[in-house]
Amino acid sequence: MSRADTRDTASILAARADARSQGDGVSDWMAYLPAARTPYPPAGVDPQLLTWAETVAPGGYTHKVVSRGTRIRLEDVAGDACAHLLVFNALEPWERLNVADTQKIPWQAYLGAGHPLLSGDGRVLATVVADTSGHHDAFCGTSTDLWNLEKYGDAAPHGPSPSGRARLTLAAAKHGLGPGDLPPSVSFFQGLRVEVDGAFTWQGSAGPATYVDLLAELPLVVLVANVPHPLDPRTDYVVGPLRVHAWRSSPSAPDDPHADATPERRRAYLNTVDYAEARGL
Amino acid sequence: MNTTIETATSTVPVGAVHTPDSPLDWSEPLVAGTVLLDEVVAPNAPWSTTVAAGQVLTIVDVGGNQSADCLIFDAANADERYSVPDTLAWQGNAYVRESTVLRSNLGRPLMTVVGNEVARQDTIGGACGKESNTLRYGHHTAFQHGCRENFLTEAARHGLGARDLVSNLNWFMNVPVEADGSLGIVDGISGPGKRVAVRAERDVLVLVSNCPQMNNPCNDFNPTPLRMLVTAPGLA
Repeated sequence: MSRADTRDTASILAARADARSQGDGVSDWMAYLPAARTPYPPAGVDPQLLTWAETVAPGGYTHKVVSRGTRIRLEDVAGDACAHLLVFNALEPWERLNVADTQKIPWQAYLGAGHPLLSGDGRVLATVVADTSGHHDAFCGTSTDLWNLEKYGDAAPHGPSPSGRARLTLAAAKHGLGPGDLPPSVSFFQGLRVEVDGAFTWQGSAGPATYVDLLAELPLVVLVANVPHPLDPRTDYVVGPLRVHAWRSSPSAPDDPHADATPERRRAYLNTVDYAEARGL
Repeated sequence: MNTTIETATSTVPVGAVHTPDSPLDWSEPLVAGTVLLDEVVAPNAPWSTTVAAGQVLTIVDVGGNQSADCLIFDAANADERYSVPDTLAWQGNAYVRESTVLRSNLGRPLMTVVGNEVARQDTIGGACGKESNTLRYGHHTAFQHGCRENFLTEAARHGLGARDLVSNLNWFMNVPVEADGSLGIVDGISGPGKRVAVRAERDVLVLVSNCPQMNNPCNDFNPTPLRMLVTAPGLA
């Protein structure tokens, strides 16, 4: 029996009733509204402070504008997520993640707890304030359609192996940003390491139920694509669900340990606070 | 015309200065062919050109260990531009060497390194800038010139702006990554007259900043000129 045979949608009233009867449905990948009603509340967080609760589908993407001081938790539920992240200053989006500065200025190529995600304007857009995975990458960015065509045989946005760039392009468009606004991204939950000769060694996942917390140091446009890492050695398109929660918190203060850890970071947070104060944020 | 202009003094703080009498080797094109363009980029200055498909750009490190910060755009569609992560992911290696394909943000070849006289070229270290200098060296350095200023200046000549600047190449700069992830700009491994040659795989716009940084060894603390040669192979 086909689906049409079991549904009465012959009239507008019947079709409306049919449509409305679906409203309480659930799926494994959805946003939970209001966020306080998330089925997966982060331990130790007052649910009333939550501003974002969502499970991102494999191959899916999400995006949100968050205020300064928002703490964003990305969780790799099953150990196969890969969260490709871009952040922009929501007030002046030409200020955005600068991966080169994010690696160079802290003198550290590998992302981990305490690492600032820097813009090219000498400020911290977000801080990695917690990390139970340690398997991340700031070298290889995300996949392109060309890459996925070669690797999986398809890259259509509506197909079985969408690329990270295509996902981020869609997310960006919803904030008025175009393809030219997408700089190199970083990714969480699938790691690699650099050998002496420069070769990348695949590290992969740290396993299920790890998370990364990002603290928004400015109002941010956050774009996330949940797609396989380009160098994932699996020939199939394998990616797991990504859970996102965010809640109201406080931005870093210049004397917080991670902000005061090195001279470069100290000045980065001073610049960020200076900007925020001047703008009345 | 005011003939005293050549001797006019200035109260602008002096930035990076090319040390007089430092050894220079102007060299010659790394790939033979008809020379279509032969220009000098003065120390601290920006530069750009278009390179047509098949033509080869030779960059000469005239004074040695002079970082040539470089961005590449599709000449017909600047939204497609050089991408560090695509270049690195496709080749599975963090360093640029001979035969490295310089890929765009769509993964497609923009240029290929067809000649290289330095063991390892950098594309991790990014560009210096007035703002990032405040983090790296202190706010007292923010008045100094930087590559980001050069890129913005040169980009504006082509209708491009801050949104179009992404992570770049640094010809003749040395940025090792160590086992623990430590990464930084250290003393260079180039020398006077060393060259790199890149062939355009399609018509491209190349922006270069002759790095004016005076707070790290990316130019040996002595900014020197670069020689830029575009040749058409096979037409000699």
